[in-house]
Amino acid sequence: MPRINSPSELEKLRQGILSDRDPEKPCITLCSGSACHATGSGDVAASIETEIEKQGLSAELDLRKTGCHGFCERGPIIVNHPEESCYFQIKPEDIPEIVSQAVKEKGIVERLLYTDLNTDEKIINESEIPFYKNQERLVLGSNGSIDPKSIDDYLAIGGYSALEKALSQMTPEQVLEEVKKSNLRGRGGGGFPAGRKWEESRNAPGDIKYVIVNADEGDPGAYMDRSLLEGNPHSVLEGLMIGAYAIGSHEGYIYVRQEYPLAVENLTIALKLAEEYGFLGKNILGSNFNFNIIVHKGAGAFVCGESSALMTALEGRAGEPRPKYIHTAVKGVWDNPSVLNNVETWANVPLIINKGADWFTKIGTEKSKGTKIFSLVGKITNTGLVEVPMGITLRDIIFEIGGGIPGSKKFKAVQTGGPSGGCIPENLLDLEVGFDELSKAGSMMGSGGMIVMDEDTCMVDVARYFIDFLTDESCGKCVPCREGLRQMLKVLTNITEGKGNEGDIELLEELSEVAKEASLCALGTSAPNPFLSTVRYFRNEYEAHIKEKRCPALACKELIAYHVDPDKCQACMICARKCPADAVDGDKKKIHIIDQEKCTKCGTCFEVCPSRFGAVNKISRESVPPPIAEEKRIITRKSKEK
Amino acid sequence: MSDILVRIDGKEVEASQGMTVLEAAQSADISIPTLCHHEKLEPFGGCRLCIVEVQVGDWMKRVVSCVYPVEKNLIVRTRSEMIDKIRKMILELQLAHAPDSPELLDLAQEYGADKDRFDKEASFCIHCGLCVRYCDEVKKKNAVGFVDRGIRKEISFIPEIAAKECWDCKECFPLCPTEALQAAFVLTKSLISPPLSHEPLSEE
Repeated sequence: MPRINSPSELEKLRQGILSDRDPEKPCITLCSGSACHATGSGDVAASIETEIEKQGLSAELDLRKTGCHGFCERGPIIVNHPEESCYFQIKPEDIPEIVSQAVKEKGIVERLLYTDLNTDEKIINESEIPFYKNQERLVLGSNGSIDPKSIDDYLAIGGYSALEKALSQMTPEQVLEEVKKSNLRGRGGGGFPAGRKWEESRNAPGDIKYVIVNADEGDPGAYMDRSLLEGNPHSVLEGLMIGAYAIGSHEGYIYVRQEYPLAVENLTIALKLAEEYGFLGKNILGSNFNFNIIVHKGAGAFVCGESSALMTALEGRAGEPRPKYIHTAVKGVWDNPSVLNNVETWANVPLIINKGADWFTKIGTEKSKGTKIFSLVGKITNTGLVEVPMGITLRDIIFEIGGGIPGSKKFKAVQTGGPSGGCIPENLLDLEVGFDELSKAGSMMGSGGMIVMDEDTCMVDVARYFIDFLTDESCGKCVPCREGLRQMLKVLTNITEGKGNEGDIELLEELSEVAKEASLCALGTSAPNPFLSTVRYFRNEYEAHIKEKRCPALACKELIAYHVDPDKCQACMICARKCPADAVDGDKKKIHIIDQEKCTKCGTCFEVCPSRFGAVNKISRESVPPPIAEEKRIITRKSKEK
Repeated sequence: MSDILVRIDGKEVEASQGMTVLEAAQSADISIPTLCHHEKLEPFGGCRLCIVEVQVGDWMKRVVSCVYPVEKNLIVRTRSEMIDKIRKMILELQLAHAPDSPELLDLAQEYGADKDRFDKEASFCIHCGLCVRYCDEVKKKNAVGFVDRGIRKEISFIPEIAAKECWDCKECFPLCPTEALQAAFVLTKSLISPPLSHEPLSEE
């Protein structure tokens, strides 16, 4: 591929790519992101390739392995173009039918279509499915239509036109102004205005400046950045290039987790191609702008998502934060001005340059513009990645897009913002999603993790879980975080085990205050949030654990017991056979009894007891009735009826 | 560099560009407690004990004085109810590790910290990093370093370097506000028998 040297050469190339492509030619796109890979998309791809060959369709049918479509609950996903009929949870054995019926005959494979959960209606097109219908997929949308390993695919959808526009029609100052005007706020956690950060770096003294992609996504359950890097790496690179041009940087870094092998692979390929095509290197598109990008693989520390820790790690030292009373935008990597933005923030930049700040600011709320990608996980019907305009309510995300809580359970809380975020209760479900709105509710936007919890979740245990995560991930440099979290974890663990004392809540509050006030970095200052937000909205659960040694959600193992209701037990032996601890005493025709001493509270008996009996109960430890008298345990069956 | 006038606890202090608030305070004999600070070493900002309140215009914030640079018209308060509360808690957390450290006990008295507030921890080390940083920055030997992270973080001597460098140095010993460094060193000594075979292992 000869290097592109000017905007006109780029447009010529783009037209060439488009004219070689027939939009009417059948093409199957298959979601090949990490989530679908885990559910077998690799085998499906192999099966499609075999089938194409077998049916002699290699000239008539294309297969495109794309990035994540977002609807991970139903993956792997196939979309059949140009009809755009889409099929879910595809297995390799479904492929012959799809190829012959849907592609060759232009028909529909009814059984693999999405079925609306409320109406039982079959839905053919992705855009009609409630999960997608209520989204606004500006950043994530292209994931489903391009092969991330092909730069031509990206060019075909207008890729690198924003870079071209910035370099050939705008001065760096104009680019900066546009981003400032868009009020794009950082998608990685704090929501700091990207334009202001860029400006600070641009104005900072020094010839060497860096632009950096923070791809150290580490929140449990969050994977939006991974999916963007895997599915549309060029959009992130293009954003980074535009940012570099605006602030006067010639070297960029991508700090990506080593645990994201597919993201690293696709990024590396994208970088190589961008270099070959002339989007990187010297005199890019004939503009005299020089820029290169280096991929740095992080060694797996959550704290390296914090800007100063990430930069310390980039320098080759242990990833620990450092005091930053002088912003990293002024004094960052090797003390040079460094702009660090998250993957999603960078991916928004080409859109803003192409369509303008005025277009961008029309989406969202007054202070939070644009869209935000959330990873919707936990007790939710439609697990997946959703991109929504800022200002949408939590209720719409969870119930309209997410399809609500499975198993007719009741919604309890949604945890947003990653481990240092907070839990938002049901009465705040109509909260409009935005940076400031979430902070006011005691949580935060964070990078966009959204974990839905139902009535079976104990909020004290949730706080314990996240504090445990943060204790493990604290770098250990400063006392309020390292030692404060150590003590908080001890107290929370005691409470969930029924060993809590009066005064524990106050002690936790005091430790929280000191961690918030005195910790070195944002990990420490936000670490108490899981406790603070749960105690704010669910204080009664803490009190029940401490005062009554009772877990209202019946989740804390030490505080619950399983009990067989003698009136309902049919002595079927299922629970007795499945119990791994041999704690169920019983026989055929002899009502079962759980030996509380032996019981490990794994819940197996509760799960396996046939629902028509429903004889096993989960109850508070305090209220276990004494076992029934031995002579009453014998069942005499009158007939074989149910 | 031109002098910068700051006000610390009501006292006018002349400082120069690049100085930290702690240095400015020390130059005027105003005492701010520290555990991880050492004049020969780069500021670390780990123990957070030197936290103070600074005010620029109407904006008050709490910062750690060992790393916060002085600026024009800065007003500093080295004590307040909140500052004392934070220092008390920091000391109580550290005393769980080193309940017998004279340095910590003196400070505990000053701030009313209860040395028995938290259950005792197994390790004495309070992670001030003085030994680690001194060996790195002053001696340039890196014979001792931190291993692991968070609550599992410990200091450890690198046997190969320690065997060569430490016997004739031991300058880090008096820096340690607890006995932890000594303990770690002795432990390492016992691990590196071949280079130090003149020290019988059984002596431990």
